[in-house]
Amino acid sequence: MEILAFGDTGWGDELFYATLMTIAVSITAMFIGFLFALIFTPLKLSKNKFLNFIANSYTTIIRGVPELLVIYLFFFGGTGAVMFVASIFGYNEYIEINAFITGAFAIGIISGAYSTEVFRGAIQSIDKGQFEAANVLGLNKFRKFFKIILPQTLRLAIPNLSNVWQITLKDTSLISVTGLVEIMRQSYIAAGSTRDPLFFYSFAAVLYLLLTFVSMKLINRLEVRYSRGY
Amino acid sequence: MDLELMINSFPKLLSAAAITLKLLSVSLIIGLFIGLFFAILRINKNIFISKFAYGYSYVFRGTPLLVQIFIIYFGLGQIEYLRSTVLWVILKEPYWCAIIAFALNTGAYTSEILRSAFQTIKPGMIEAGKSLGISNKVIFFKIQIPIAIRQSLPAYGNEIILMMKGTSLASTVTIMDLTGVAKYIISTTFKPIEVFIVAGGIYLFMTFIIHNLIKFLEKKYSY
Repeated sequence: MEILAFGDTGWGDELFYATLMTIAVSITAMFIGFLFALIFTPLKLSKNKFLNFIANSYTTIIRGVPELLVIYLFFFGGTGAVMFVASIFGYNEYIEINAFITGAFAIGIISGAYSTEVFRGAIQSIDKGQFEAANVLGLNKFRKFFKIILPQTLRLAIPNLSNVWQITLKDTSLISVTGLVEIMRQSYIAAGSTRDPLFFYSFAAVLYLLLTFVSMKLINRLEVRYSRGY
Repeated sequence: MDLELMINSFPKLLSAAAITLKLLSVSLIIGLFIGLFFAILRINKNIFISKFAYGYSYVFRGTPLLVQIFIIYFGLGQIEYLRSTVLWVILKEPYWCAIIAFALNTGAYTSEILRSAFQTIKPGMIEAGKSLGISNKVIFFKIQIPIAIRQSLPAYGNEIILMMKGTSLASTVTIMDLTGVAKYIISTTFKPIEVFIVAGGIYLFMTFIIHNLIKFLEKKYSY
């Protein structure tokens, strides 16, 4: 247990901060994913064929290509893209993008594709009568969406969103290839310097299990909250 | 856009895709047996046996595949005893370590898919078999398994596609699969977008084929 001590003698504090980093990246990525879902779900449900095509390409490509490949695209391509934009504005120095932002963005785009599918399914399974009733009551578009459609969508979407959260949480382990010090990267460093990979990778597995276990418990409570009245 | 690079890297990436497919098919076959085995344990009436099977699937579904590969590839080599056994012949090869990790991972998901398929079989079907005087073994192989296969096909198709994406992690343990070669080309040419389009296109094509194959099977086995 000394090896997990906090302070200079053990890896406890490093792994603790790494766990916090994993949580931070996951939440940021999930949030970015929601933003993407907010853009692409309406496109998917739209009657316009072209908008449909854009949204379908997004979800199909992201869900059909390995996460690691997407991360490599962002890791190697991100700096280039930002520097290209900067050069248009006349800034030609080297810009290094933060590994956290690159990672959260890459995972966020992946998570967003799954979230889009979840929201699309949830909205489509809401009874047509609900939309009609809202129209009949003369609610404006804004209130119809936020007071009638969204609460029902959330109830239907939460079980599937909890799957998306699990996928996102586990996908963050892949960001370790970009050098961001989260659980996986920290275990890699610790395993390298102590020559005890079996212990540290197993410990990483335990940390991930703990994260998935705790988040499942929290999401279950949320599910109960949103199912009130059913 | 560097079209020349895209054309030049295509054959290299295509031959790497063969390795991806090899990894995928071998681990799916082994994983199917592991999954079936644990699904049968899960529906066992003995609570310890079914809890054990649940624990297996919980651990493998709750941790990232990357951790599993690293434990098997970097971790197991550390045990002195293992190095002296016959197993070491397999465990020193990154290729087999990756396949073991993939098979155990997909086995966990497959066991969940098959379990839910077994549990949704109507008891009436089994009772009908019993009342016809068919032995338990024949009921299992001729009634339960065919129905379970049909019911789990859509979910299993998703699992195949997820696993195909999972094989990209083999590149982290020095295997030059499609993602491994793509990363190599990206890091030597610094042209991520071009390589991504070609490699991603090959992955999408494989997804498309698998998706349609499963659809075809679903139609064939529908009743």
